[in-house]
Amino acid sequence: MTPQKIVAQAQRLKLGMIAITDHNSAENVGAVIKAAATTDLVVIPGLEITTAEETHILGLFGSLASALAMQELVYEHLTLGDNDEELFGLQVVANELDEVEGMCTRLLIGATDLSVDLVVDAIRELGGIAVAAHIDRESYSLISQLGFIPPNLKLAAVDISRQLTLREARARFVEYQDYAFLSTSDAHDLSQLGSNPVQLLMAGEDFDELVLALAGRDGRRVIENGD
Amino acid sequence: MKLSEVVQKLSLQVVTGENNLEVDVTKGYCSDMLSDVIGNAEEGGLWLTIQKHQNIVAVGVMKALAGIILVKDRQPDENTITKAREENLPIMISPLGSFELAGRLKALGIEGD
Repeated sequence: MTPQKIVAQAQRLKLGMIAITDHNSAENVGAVIKAAATTDLVVIPGLEITTAEETHILGLFGSLASALAMQELVYEHLTLGDNDEELFGLQVVANELDEVEGMCTRLLIGATDLSVDLVVDAIRELGGIAVAAHIDRESYSLISQLGFIPPNLKLAAVDISRQLTLREARARFVEYQDYAFLSTSDAHDLSQLGSNPVQLLMAGEDFDELVLALAGRDGRRVIENGD
Repeated sequence: MKLSEVVQKLSLQVVTGENNLEVDVTKGYCSDMLSDVIGNAEEGGLWLTIQKHQNIVAVGVMKALAGIILVKDRQPDENTITKAREENLPIMISPLGSFELAGRLKALGIEGD
């Protein structure tokens, strides 16, 4: 996956917005935003943060600067050392022309020592929204790791992987009916990109509209079951 | 065996529930996924984990566990301690890892499932 290819594929699939959320890093977000600058595609900056409990929390932000500020905190708290490229592959930092700018040497597959509560608070303090990633999966999900969603956690939504439709997820997670459900591709390669898109009723395509839609405010909402 | 005896024999540091140690312990379970503990731990058992989030208290109460041992000197979060005090649920700390501690519990006659 490279910035140019991501943008081209998203356009081919007629996606309006995508979020870039690498594991514990936002180093490639700027390049994708630049690659999309001459297109209609809106790119939401973000990260998929591994908490101390080994849950995955998506942080989505209104600006690249906020995402990078979150990255700084995450980097300070990634404690397990450097990447092993033979084991985990290259962690390429690209520019908008798909050229390699360098390598991220930190072990991004590792966990931070920040609790999920601290991560959610930090995201919100930077003006972002926190989404519990793939709560239907058996690994790295808030529910698998912590048994249930801590009641006071200020999540904007819970994310459902492409293994389930939103309708199936609603049937399975009735106790979480008050949360917005977001379906995402969690794409790790280009063929998965856009494979499980969520439809949002919004007045425009930007971060603020996304926040309103997930909150179900001002007539904005997530469209479920084709309603 | 009473939990108080386990505490003494294995030199556990008792953080909460210190007046709730006269319960019988017969079983033990090691896991760091709370969903797994909810599914598989047995009532009255001891749970060994590195998780220190406050959700461990709810799971401990839900499964009516005798107590939770945080291994490898993990320190519970502040709100974990608060919740455990409210529930009078024993939380203990050991410098040992789960494998070693489970071995010692087994030697004391406490079984897995």
